[in-house]
Order: sequence, then structure tokens, then C-alpha cells
Amino acid sequence: MKILVLIGNVPDTTTKIKFNADKTAFDTNGVQWIINPWDELALTRAMELKETPGSGVESVTVANVGKQDTEATLRKALAIGADKAIRVDSEPKDAFFVASQLAQVAKGYDLVFAGIEASDYNGSAVGGMLAEMIGIQSVSGVSNLQIEGSKAKLVREIEGGSQTVSLDFPLLAIVQKGIAKEPRIPAMRGIMMARTKPLEVITPVDTDIRVSFASFDLPPAKAACKKFTEDQVNQLVHALRDEAKVL
Amino acid sequence: MNFAFTEEQLMIQQAARDYAQRELIQDVLERDASCEFPHRHVKALAELGFMGMMVDPAYDGGGLDAVSYVLAMEEISKVDASTSVIMSVNNSLVCYGINAFCTHEQKEKYLKPLARGEKLGAFLLSEPEAGSDATSQRTIAEDKGDYYLVNGTKNWITNANSASYYVLIAQTDPSKKHKGITAFIVEKDSPGITLGPHEDKMGMRSSDTHAVMFNDVKVPKANRIGEEGFGFTFAMKVLEGGRIGIAAQALGIASGALERAVAYSKERKAFGTAIANHQAIAFKLADMAVKVENARNLCLKAAWLKDQGKPYGVASAMAKQYAADIAMEVTTEAVQIHGGYGYVKEYHVERLMREAKLTQIYEGTSEVQKIIISRDLIK
Repeated sequence: MKILVLIGNVPDTTTKIKFNADKTAFDTNGVQWIINPWDELALTRAMELKETPGSGVESVTVANVGKQDTEATLRKALAIGADKAIRVDSEPKDAFFVASQLAQVAKGYDLVFAGIEASDYNGSAVGGMLAEMIGIQSVSGVSNLQIEGSKAKLVREIEGGSQTVSLDFPLLAIVQKGIAKEPRIPAMRGIMMARTKPLEVITPVDTDIRVSFASFDLPPAKAACKKFTEDQVNQLVHALRDEAKVL
Repeated sequence: MNFAFTEEQLMIQQAARDYAQRELIQDVLERDASCEFPHRHVKALAELGFMGMMVDPAYDGGGLDAVSYVLAMEEISKVDASTSVIMSVNNSLVCYGINAFCTHEQKEKYLKPLARGEKLGAFLLSEPEAGSDATSQRTIAEDKGDYYLVNGTKNWITNANSASYYVLIAQTDPSKKHKGITAFIVEKDSPGITLGPHEDKMGMRSSDTHAVMFNDVKVPKANRIGEEGFGFTFAMKVLEGGRIGIAAQALGIASGALERAVAYSKERKAFGTAIANHQAIAFKLADMAVKVENARNLCLKAAWLKDQGKPYGVASAMAKQYAADIAMEVTTEAVQIHGGYGYVKEYHVERLMREAKLTQIYEGTSEVQKIIISRDLIK
């Protein structure tokens, strides 16, 4: 069995978000890049499956769409334990573009992992699109995945509970929190071996760019907290009606 | 000049940071109170490869450079200096000495499990009456033909109880003074070895420190490190490298305290604004940051010299003396910035202050480092 894990290169989750002057693009100056947290959990689960005796997993490949500066993120995935990395050499534009690029490398795998969303643009679209493009079934919201003989047993989080489904391979699992307990920390040996593992660079295919970003806005700053004492009920009601306009 | 780290060094730093911030932080306060040894963490750090980082990969080590070691030590020490001293002793006192000066057979038998972190090591130099004056060793190893008979007491031994193997410094020929000192590998479960009680220390309370008593302990000749009389040179060489580990530990304690002080001062308000906006606090933070950055540069310079195969004994003495002294200063200021909260355990900085104190004392006091630095100046 061959596993592919899609890897997003996203800003560190503690990054202070800024945009360029006309607010049409994210300002990447001084940003630290990491593996998209959901993808990191997916990779961790893929490694756990590979290490499980009798799972039949022979290799774990990771793939992304990005320019050369994203290779550090792919090498971290190799340090964690992936056997091979593939980079489609292009700036990721929108979900359709990314899915189209990945479609050329995602065929031939028994199990493809995609994170439920990327922690930067939160599009939640690539996994489902990719499965349709390469003609395999996909399951979203997966929080547990086991290989049972020739089938995959998946648990999905649904409103008020969970749903367990059993599917044949090939399969694309769109995973969320819970798929692995915690992202795996790479061991020293893995870090030193990462450079010796294959990292294949693929030329992008021509694809429409269907989305252009009109503008970005930061969430409004939190307003100052106003406190009232117990003898100021009238002022409180006025504030709720006239200032907060919730009454 | 190149101040940039390699991709691998950055990944190692991040791995250490992730482990410390995710795992060590969870029970560091409890272990400080209970003095419980961090078995779970030592095992996990061993699996990640942090217990034999610089050992030759042929003997199951990581084959990493000293710069990576400094980066990892700083990150672990920011959170938990008890765990980092266990790591430092195993890496730079025990594994380094065996890797550099032992025979292939000794390395096969002892270094491999130590580098994998499956076994821990301890370094037995200090005695009740031989601390800074390491030449006046009273522990005697008497040549009995195919073994040495060891008698004496070693003091303040980190990892004394948790270690399986001891690197022991003892006198084989008292008439030759320090030229009659020899080093050995001794298995801790050898008959005749007993431990004193767990030392109830001010800081680093989760590492196990004991006196170790030797009463007619037989040590096979095959366990001697180098020739008879090589022990003092061996110990000094090992301590040169060990100082980088403790310097990086002191650096981590200081930078951990600085991070906490910065975070707290941005949250805590007084006189209508965050205390970080008051110059009295802001200037303290600036002074702390300069000291931390200086210490980091000294540590990395010493590590870089070691990696380049250049002499680094004075550089590591400077790094250790400076980093230890500023760790004390920076942690004291971090407590001051936290005010009353800094004086209670929940906020960590009082613990960091207690831990900083030890870095000025062990593996060569700050005063001993100044002897090394000044002797080099006036030689």
C-alpha cells in the first residue's frame, strides 16, 4: 500500500498577520513557515500506519504546490519520516489551481491524506476537488482511520456524535483533529537523513486561475471592556441599548 | 562571518522547543516539588536522539555538531533545567569522554547504550574535599593485577542513582599528585558501591544528586580509560566540552526567564497601562535581552570553535562564566518584574532563579572559569 500526504506550507500559527498596502495580498516578510497543522497530524497518522506491523504500508510520500522556498517544509516532513517528497514548482493560487496541480502527482496511491483545511486561507476545498479530479472516493471530517485487511475503517465527526464507515481503497481521507494525538517531533536521525531522501520537482500544468483576491481585512480590534457596579443598572441598560445596540 | 543556522540546526532547535513546550512544561512544577526523576522524559528525549547528540553514528550517536547541541540545550533549559542537566551530563561529560578517548571495545560495550539513551551515565570527579581543587583526589584505585581496587567517596554526583555507568576519576599513584590520576568506567551495580541520600537541593530538584561511596570496589583493567596518569588530562578535556553544555543551560534558563518576563509585562497592567510601557520595566527587559544575546553568542562561538577543531577551552570558560552569571541576574530581574507573582511557584521564574544559581557552581564555579580565562591572558 502506498500513502500520499498533501502538505501545505503555512505561516506559523503565532504569526502576526499583515497585508500589503492595497490589502490584496498577505505580507510574508519575516514569516516563519510550518507544515499546515492538520497535514502534520495526517503525516503523523500515515507514519503510525506504516509502522504498524501487518498494515501493508510500504511507503509514505508527501507532496505540495510551492516554490523552492517551501522545500524546508517538505524536508521537515521527510525528517518526520516520509520516504519521498514531490514539489509542484508553482506559487499556489487558489484551491482549483492547487488541486489541478496535485492531480498530476496524486494518481496511483491507495490512500491520500488531505488536511481538512489550511490554517492560512481556510479554504477547505482542495481535498474534495482533488478526489473528484482523480476519480477516487473521498470522506471528509475523518478523526480516526484504521486499515482493516483490504478496507479502511474511518470515523467521522458528525453533529452530536460520530459515524463509522468502511471503504475500499483507493480513498482520499480529509482529516481533522483527532486523526493523530499530537504531531510527531522529528528525531535527530530523521533530521540528518532528510537531505538524503528524494525530493522530486515537477513542472506545473497550465490551469485557469478562477479566483482573484479583492481585498483582505483584519478582524476589528476588541473594544475596551466597560464595567458597571451594581448600583449602575440604568447606565448598563442604556449602554446595551444605545452603544452596543443589543436591546 | 556567518550567523545563519543550517536548515538541520533550525529543525533540531524546533524539535527541542516542541518537546519542551509541549511535554516538559506539563509536570515541571510537580517534579520540582516532589524531586521525582523525569524517567518518562529521558526516555522520550532518548528516542528523539537528544541523549547522545554528538556521538559518532558508528556508536549509535547522532553525529551532530556542538552548535546543534547548544540550540537544543537552550530550548530544553528554558523550561526544565533538571532534565537538561541529565541530558548535559550524559552528552558532554560521559558520552563525549568515552567517544573521544576510549577503545573500540569500551565504546561497543558502554558508549552504544549511552548514546541511545537506554542507559545513563554519571561523571564522578568532585569529592567532599576536592571541588574546585580537582587535583587533590582522595579516592584511591589500587592496582591489584587484573583489576583495580577502588576506595573513597565522590560528592554531588548528578545522575548518581539513575545512571548505569560511572566515569570515575581516582588516584592511582598519590606520589605523582595530579599526574597519578586515572579515569575508569565503573558499572554502578558493582559490589561495594553505595549511595548517600538524595540531596535536597535548592534547584534542579528533579535531577538525582547523591554522594557515591566506594568500598573495595573491583574495577577490571579493561575499564581503564587511556593509560595510568591520563585521568587529570582526561577530566580537564571533558570539562572543556562540558562547560559548553552548562553554558547553554544557563543561557536557556536566562532566555526562558526573559520570555516569561516579556509576556507577563505585556499583560500586567499598572497605572492604567501594561507595565512593559513603563520605562522602569522596559529598560530592565532591554538589559536582560542584551545579556541573553551576549551569552548566546559566547555559547555559539565556543561550540563553533569546537566544531572547527580549534581550541575552545577559554571560549567555553568565557561562555560558562558569563552565561551563568547573567542567568542569575536575568532570573532575579524576571522575579522582580513579576512582583509578588514572581515569588510564588506557579509563575516559574522563582524556580528559574533557583536553577540559575547552580550554573555558577557546578562544572567549574564562575571563579574557576575566571582562573582559566585569566591564566590564558597572562601565560
